[in-house]
Amino acid sequence: MSHGVSAGAGAKQGIDRWGPLVEGWLRAHTAIVYAFLYLPIAVVVIYSFNDNRLATIWTGFTLKWYPAVFDDPVVKAALGNSFLVAIPTAILATTFGTMGALGLQRVGKRTKMLFDGLTYISIIVPEIVIALSTLVLFSQAFAWLNPTFGLKFNLGVQTIIAAHMLFNISFVLLLVRARLDGMDRTLVEASYDLFASPWRTFRQITFPQLTPAILAGFLLSFTFSFDDYVITSFVSGPGSSTLPLFIFGQVKKGVTPETNAVATMMLFFTLAMLGVGQFLLGRNSKKEAGGVGGMAAMIAEQR
Amino acid sequence: MTKATSTPDTASAGGSRAKSALLTTALIFPSGLWYLALLVAPLAIITVFSFGVRAPNGGYQPAFTFDNYLHLLTQPERMAPFFTSLYMAIGGTLGCLFVGLPLAYFIATRAGKRKSTLILMLVIPFWTSFLIRTYSWLIILGKDNLGGVIANLIGQPDFRILGTPWAVLLGLVYGYLPLMVFPMYVTLERMDRSLVEASKDLGAGRWATFRQVTLPITLPGLVTGSILVFIPMMGEYVIPQILGYGRTFLMGNALVDAFIQTRNWPFGSAMAVLLIVVMLFTVSLYVWFVNRGRTVREVSVL
Repeated sequence: MSHGVSAGAGAKQGIDRWGPLVEGWLRAHTAIVYAFLYLPIAVVVIYSFNDNRLATIWTGFTLKWYPAVFDDPVVKAALGNSFLVAIPTAILATTFGTMGALGLQRVGKRTKMLFDGLTYISIIVPEIVIALSTLVLFSQAFAWLNPTFGLKFNLGVQTIIAAHMLFNISFVLLLVRARLDGMDRTLVEASYDLFASPWRTFRQITFPQLTPAILAGFLLSFTFSFDDYVITSFVSGPGSSTLPLFIFGQVKKGVTPETNAVATMMLFFTLAMLGVGQFLLGRNSKKEAGGVGGMAAMIAEQR
Repeated sequence: MTKATSTPDTASAGGSRAKSALLTTALIFPSGLWYLALLVAPLAIITVFSFGVRAPNGGYQPAFTFDNYLHLLTQPERMAPFFTSLYMAIGGTLGCLFVGLPLAYFIATRAGKRKSTLILMLVIPFWTSFLIRTYSWLIILGKDNLGGVIANLIGQPDFRILGTPWAVLLGLVYGYLPLMVFPMYVTLERMDRSLVEASKDLGAGRWATFRQVTLPITLPGLVTGSILVFIPMMGEYVIPQILGYGRTFLMGNALVDAFIQTRNWPFGSAMAVLLIVVMLFTVSLYVWFVNRGRTVREVSVL
């Protein structure tokens, strides 16, 4: 540290006159910011119990919106589509991402740099640009493929899955690679010294150590796919509307208590999924807070 | 790192090497294919399209012209969304900075045992649907709730927050705040506290200590956080659409307008390319900053 600290004029005791005030302000600021962060979540949950057609005026407590939501065929269709998208996306992205992470350990520096570069590009390019350019790609590809080969490709669940897989693959790749880098190499070497085959070494040594990262990757991929709005809205077709699309549509028309009920259920569902993911990831990371922060930084990529 | 998964067995070296190469290819093929087909190809297409012209009924017609870029850069009304985005992103970044720095400072230096709980509590909202957390502000800021209260307080019944740039700014700060706090927290956490003690022993006041010791040490985390929030803010689409009623016209809205409404794909592509170039430039600047002094390398998030 080369910065010289200018000496204050007062004696040491005299300086801390502001101490209690600064401490109090820091404390109050922190409390207010946390309230600010949780207020919108609390409001959605509370207003889902609001006994008023207009979501914004509170008149009384009711549970009636929850059964109403389950009777709504539009919600049911959206919920079905959400699972139809999120489950295959999570399975495929986790498989391909894990394979990629394992493969990248075995390649030269150039291939690795190429993959790193592409991962960064996928982070830097705004989601809206990815969404629109993917839509252009699909429409151009279908315009050429369908008449040429007599196919009937169209926008729908399958294009949503394909588009979601891109960002989830890079997410799983990062997650599993981080785990591979932090892995204890001596076990693998010991396994070879004991004449275990590469497959057996992978199955008995590498894979068990990777399991938390893979499971976390799966659950997070599922959640991101389940929650995604921007990409989904541009690559979906007629009849493939998911829950976030339903909610956005409702928001444009005016929020209703049903919207809040659907949103509340979505909130709790994704939180439960991510709670499991965090547990699996946190259990094996040494620095707890660092692990949480690291994951959040990776989540950054999704926004 | 050596090829840990290849057999050290020398007897069948040739055969196993070929097999190993095949396995490697098979492992990276699916993810490579996805990067190629759904990242490289779409970006390549819009780059090509940005030099084309709009087909009579919308879409793309092959051509080679710089007109889209010229129109974009010379017609102020076409550049307006870009500058609106830039100002909003700068405003949002500053907002996150002012709100986030004291928070990160408190968690890193004052929270004690509750540190990891507080960090976790910062991550939880971030995990949940961005869309839901954003639209909730419609209820909060609506005229039946906080919006009405403020309107009464200042005695102007027509006062609205929703649909104004201020609502968008609030949404941006709210949505991206955790991303600003994490890197700042990490640098503050690693800070050698004895430096602060030394500063105080030498008679420096709180402000002098903060300005001359804490702030310079936090700078790398501060810059990382700013980049992490600035980049997605530049391309934000949902927040201005919901909280700004689409009136605060950002780059994201202009892109959707060009691609979906007016179907002027070449012009939209030129806008998208401009946005990507600005992002790459910003990130390069950031990488340069981070690598400028070797010691701060570890704070890099990207």
